[in-house]
Amino acid sequence: MLHFVLRRLVQGFLVVIGVTTTVFVVTRMIGDPVALMLPLSASAAQRAAFAQQIGLDQPIATQFVRFLGDIVAMDFGDSLWQRRPAIDVVFERLPNTLLLISAGLGTAVVLSIPLGAIAALRPGGFVDRLTMSVGLLGLAMPQFWLGLVAIMIFAVTLKWLPTSGMGTAAHLVLPAATLALTPLARFTMMVRAAMIDELNKPYVKTARAKGLGLIRILRVHTLRNILVPFLSISGWELISTLSGYTVVVESVFAWPGLGLTAVQAIQRGDLFLMQAIVFVIAFLIVLIGIVLDILSKAVDPRIELN
Amino acid sequence: MTSPLLEIDNLHVCFDTRAGTVQALRGVSLSLAPGETLGIVGESGSGKSVTAQAVMGLIDVPGRISEGEVRWQGRPLAGRNADRDARPVWGKEITMVFQNPMTSLNPLMTVGSQISEVIELHLGLSRPAARRRAAELLSSVGISGAERRLDQYPHEFSGGMRQRVMIAMGIACEPKLLIADEPTTALDVTIQAQILELMAELQEKMGLAIVLITHDLGIVAGLCHRVAVMYAGQIVETGLVDAIFENPLHPYTQGLIRSTPGLDAEEERLTAIEGAPPGLLQPPAGCSFLPRCPIGDKGCEAPQAMRIFETGMVACRKAGVPAWSEAL
Repeated sequence: MLHFVLRRLVQGFLVVIGVTTTVFVVTRMIGDPVALMLPLSASAAQRAAFAQQIGLDQPIATQFVRFLGDIVAMDFGDSLWQRRPAIDVVFERLPNTLLLISAGLGTAVVLSIPLGAIAALRPGGFVDRLTMSVGLLGLAMPQFWLGLVAIMIFAVTLKWLPTSGMGTAAHLVLPAATLALTPLARFTMMVRAAMIDELNKPYVKTARAKGLGLIRILRVHTLRNILVPFLSISGWELISTLSGYTVVVESVFAWPGLGLTAVQAIQRGDLFLMQAIVFVIAFLIVLIGIVLDILSKAVDPRIELN
Repeated sequence: MTSPLLEIDNLHVCFDTRAGTVQALRGVSLSLAPGETLGIVGESGSGKSVTAQAVMGLIDVPGRISEGEVRWQGRPLAGRNADRDARPVWGKEITMVFQNPMTSLNPLMTVGSQISEVIELHLGLSRPAARRRAAELLSSVGISGAERRLDQYPHEFSGGMRQRVMIAMGIACEPKLLIADEPTTALDVTIQAQILELMAELQEKMGLAIVLITHDLGIVAGLCHRVAVMYAGQIVETGLVDAIFENPLHPYTQGLIRSTPGLDAEEERLTAIEGAPPGLLQPPAGCSFLPRCPIGDKGCEAPQAMRIFETGMVACRKAGVPAWSEAL
């Protein structure tokens, strides 16, 4: 177990190094940070001074070594826009994103299991068809559009909820719901398909012959068996959310999280802030992968961690 | 005879499929006395397993019991007038061991919790007490190191060991009837013998009635008191084991015994019954064995009456006539 974790950490470390190297190559060697970060009106002297300030006058190898050293020291440079260390901005915004993701994906997980299970009890029945139709709709609707429609209905017309921003629990409802819908649809379909599979397995017949009730069979017997595929799909969904969906949803609802910050950093040409965001997200994704593997092993003792 | 434990009365089971209604059981009647071992034999699709599942209440959509009923100690258990209050007998007084021990246990639950579960449910024991009982059960079915084995998962057990676990689960609440649906088909021969021996031993010790479903006549001969032969969803012959083996009345039973290969047999070829059973979408009105029967004639095309005698019955108007000319 310990051996496995260590090995996965080393692998993860290599992934993070790979990601940061890519960032380095794209920004320093292909792009020109000075042109990116300074306004068009900046003079040649200002440009040279800035290049020197951020070390661009050094040979590329020296720059790379410094870059790696800075990362180890968690120093990504100062955010040009916020005028303070980029990593501080990231750590300030990260909790907001995590709150939004927990609320959104948490809702999706909690709702999808009973929905999928109920649909699986009567494949082709009314509940099943309804669930699947709504699910398809959920998968088909893009989140930016869904978010805007939700704002129009619940914030503008009905005035039940605030349009955007963060503060009270009410502020969380619309963005979390918007974020939840796509994963909810995907999870529900997956739970349904896996449940139908499991319910046809011989061990379910054994459980019924034991005189166990349906609820207990679902809760104790089959749920455990769909947990492993559920873990892997929810991990995938968590990663997609972290690295993509939140950017859209946070922009629509002006939710001050990492996704919105990333958009702002790009708009402002804030290279250092962008770098810090990419690094932290890559790190989180690697961590999620390791945690998922360990959880799967905990659920299914047949899985070999190798 | 004492009052029967289990009665199956004119049971009809249908499966509604796209192609039409498959009549899986067509008027099966059986009764079983306490402590008795009944073998049900027949080829695949003859309705052996469906009969067992009907008794256990395991017939699912698209299947349904269209006529007849199953009674447990006189109370309707399955069928149109089933008594809902009778249900707790499933898993407690009537238990079932399935064919494939590889897939019949939940792969993600420890063996101990799968056994304890049924004890907690039906006997209301606390978790630690149920666990102690589960350990005793494992020992009693011949699994050593029971205490340690409880915390293992099914994949850590061999096929024979898993079937022992299934049996331990089956006898956990001291049932009156154990239904074993081809319990040894998936096991190799030496393990088969051990499992059968275990069942015989438990029966003697607990006074258990057993319904043993199999296509292996050798197993029936070794373990059962009575046997019912099924063909195309009907029982064609029942009787005491010795009587049936010595003097099979129905041509199908005769053919079945004739086609059982013996170890000492000198014939070079296996003798099979030519042909295949009829489809059950539109089963024939008369004897369903007629197309394969060497002695059948026009008179067999009408519905056959059961001939009932003291220890059994047979559904053949030519019962007792040797159907195959060579020596049996």
